Amino acid sequence: MASHPPDPRLVATVADDALRLEGELTVWTLGQLPPEVEKAQRLDLSGLSRIDTAAAWYLTGRKREGVQLDGLTEAQARLLETVQQAWPQPETEPARPSGWHQLLERTGRRVAAFMVYMREIAEYLGRFLAALARGIRHPGDFRLTSLVWHCQETGLRAVPIVALMSFLIGVVLAFQGAVQLRQLGAEIFVIDLIAISILRELGILLTAIIVAGRTASALTASIGSMKMNEEIDAMRTLGLNPDMVLILPRVLALVITLPILGLISNISGLIGGALMSWIELGISPSTFRYRLLAETSVDHVIVGISKAPIFALIIGVIGCHAGMRVGKDAESLGAETSRAVVNAIFAVIVADALFSIFFAEVGL
Amino acid sequence: MSENIIEVRGLRTQFGRHVVHDGLDLNLRRGEILGVVGGSGTGKSVLLRTIVGLNQPRAGTVRVFGQDVGALAGPAREALERRWGVMFQGGALFSSLTVRENVEVPLNAVPDLAPEVRQGLAELKVSMAGLPWNANDKYPSDLSGGMKKRAGLARALALDPEILFLDEPTAGLDPIGADAFDRLIVELRDALNLSVFLVTHDLDTLHACCDRIAVLAEKKVLVSGTMAEMLQVDHPWVHEYFHGPRARAAMTTGRAKE
Repeated sequence: MASHPPDPRLVATVADDALRLEGELTVWTLGQLPPEVEKAQRLDLSGLSRIDTAAAWYLTGRKREGVQLDGLTEAQARLLETVQQAWPQPETEPARPSGWHQLLERTGRRVAAFMVYMREIAEYLGRFLAALARGIRHPGDFRLTSLVWHCQETGLRAVPIVALMSFLIGVVLAFQGAVQLRQLGAEIFVIDLIAISILRELGILLTAIIVAGRTASALTASIGSMKMNEEIDAMRTLGLNPDMVLILPRVLALVITLPILGLISNISGLIGGALMSWIELGISPSTFRYRLLAETSVDHVIVGISKAPIFALIIGVIGCHAGMRVGKDAESLGAETSRAVVNAIFAVIVADALFSIFFAEVGL
Repeated sequence: MSENIIEVRGLRTQFGRHVVHDGLDLNLRRGEILGVVGGSGTGKSVLLRTIVGLNQPRAGTVRVFGQDVGALAGPAREALERRWGVMFQGGALFSSLTVRENVEVPLNAVPDLAPEVRQGLAELKVSMAGLPWNANDKYPSDLSGGMKKRAGLARALALDPEILFLDEPTAGLDPIGADAFDRLIVELRDALNLSVFLVTHDLDTLHACCDRIAVLAEKKVLVSGTMAEMLQVDHPWVHEYFHGPRARAAMTTGRAKE
């Protein structure tokens, strides 16, 4: 049997009370069995030239139902015996609760998982602060090269996209504000609109969102792939503290660079707004500058930039935590990376809302 | 012994300027378990991948069931691929599917097979590969290394292949698990009339289940023959391999078992 005929053949004929099968009974012909086979109480199999485990599985199943099998060769009977021995033994599974019970259980699990998540985030924040304190007390343990490198990666490399985005936001604000304020004859207030919204909220918030997307995913991916590779376990056995080596430089780099990025974002947003005001409303750059300095309080800038280190901590801690949660398989790396980005952006926006309430209460 | 089911002639494989095989000849006979051994980097796994068509050889022919693997395409190639099963080193299970669904993947190619038949067959193969019933619904990430290999074996056996390719089946298993796997391979060969192409480093496996051994060295099959013949070979690497302290230990346990 060097090669099979192109179409394996199976013929079933009824003789007396028995059903006679001829040809090949394999996984390929199992579907061709005629419906009479189900009723037959005796199967004559002497005409079968070849059977495989699929056929043996089927025949063993029939035999268990009490059907008599005739005419098997010795080798075929042995195969049936092998299958009989390997017959899957189902285990009874515990009954699953249904309806309300299941809904409640799922909700409870989600809530518990959220609490655990919050606790772990707090733990990682604590680990970062402890590492920072240790870095201050023992400057020798501090990895300056690593910090500089991460500042370059998360800060310098993000400047073009942050600047461009803020510039465009400034342009959009000026344009939309001009359309609305012109109806009231209050074009000049477009400067206040741009200055307050960019300096206080949008500049830093959008920067944080971009950095969350860029850096949180990068943190998770870099730490996660080290985790997958057991590099972090290797570090521990070599007496290196992952908090000092991995978490401290990464999060500290974010805390240092995010305010700078926020400042760049503010400036380029104002430039975009000023440019559009000039083109659209004829407000000259010197008027823009004069009104900006005279009417806009510096408090707005302080409010805006003071949020940056907190956003940086949120992004860094969430990213590092997700990286440490990566398991042994590549699938968890992907899942954790996307979860880190979503959580970081969400947390940044929630924190921004809390800041708004806080500053409103304080009166800044 | 009977006909050659795989015939490799004058095989040359190279990656860039790095020649892995040059003028390699190899036979696999029907019904035998052939162990392929060789030092690290001698291209054992590459040879397996070339035979099943995952690597394109530079020169030479690979004939399986008398057909040239490189020249086949389309339906003829698919028909040939259904007649062999490959178990990769880590099991290579599809991570988004459960074990049962993994084993059902090759069965999906069979026309008019009822879903419950497919499921029953998959469960039978899982059981034949020595996995417990509750492994069926687990995902690969929940399985240990040995269980992944067994699940990979179950998938390789799904369509009752005539040739089974095993890449390092016992690497990374504990001695008890490796021993059980060796016995499983021999049992399956006897029950299903398989021919097995087995790449291994494991001397115990060679002793326990291989009918013939092919040694890869110097870019070709240096020698092939039974274990007894291997012990007579006067090549320094082969001598070192089969007479080293590990080999002696494997030999004594192998004898004790018999």
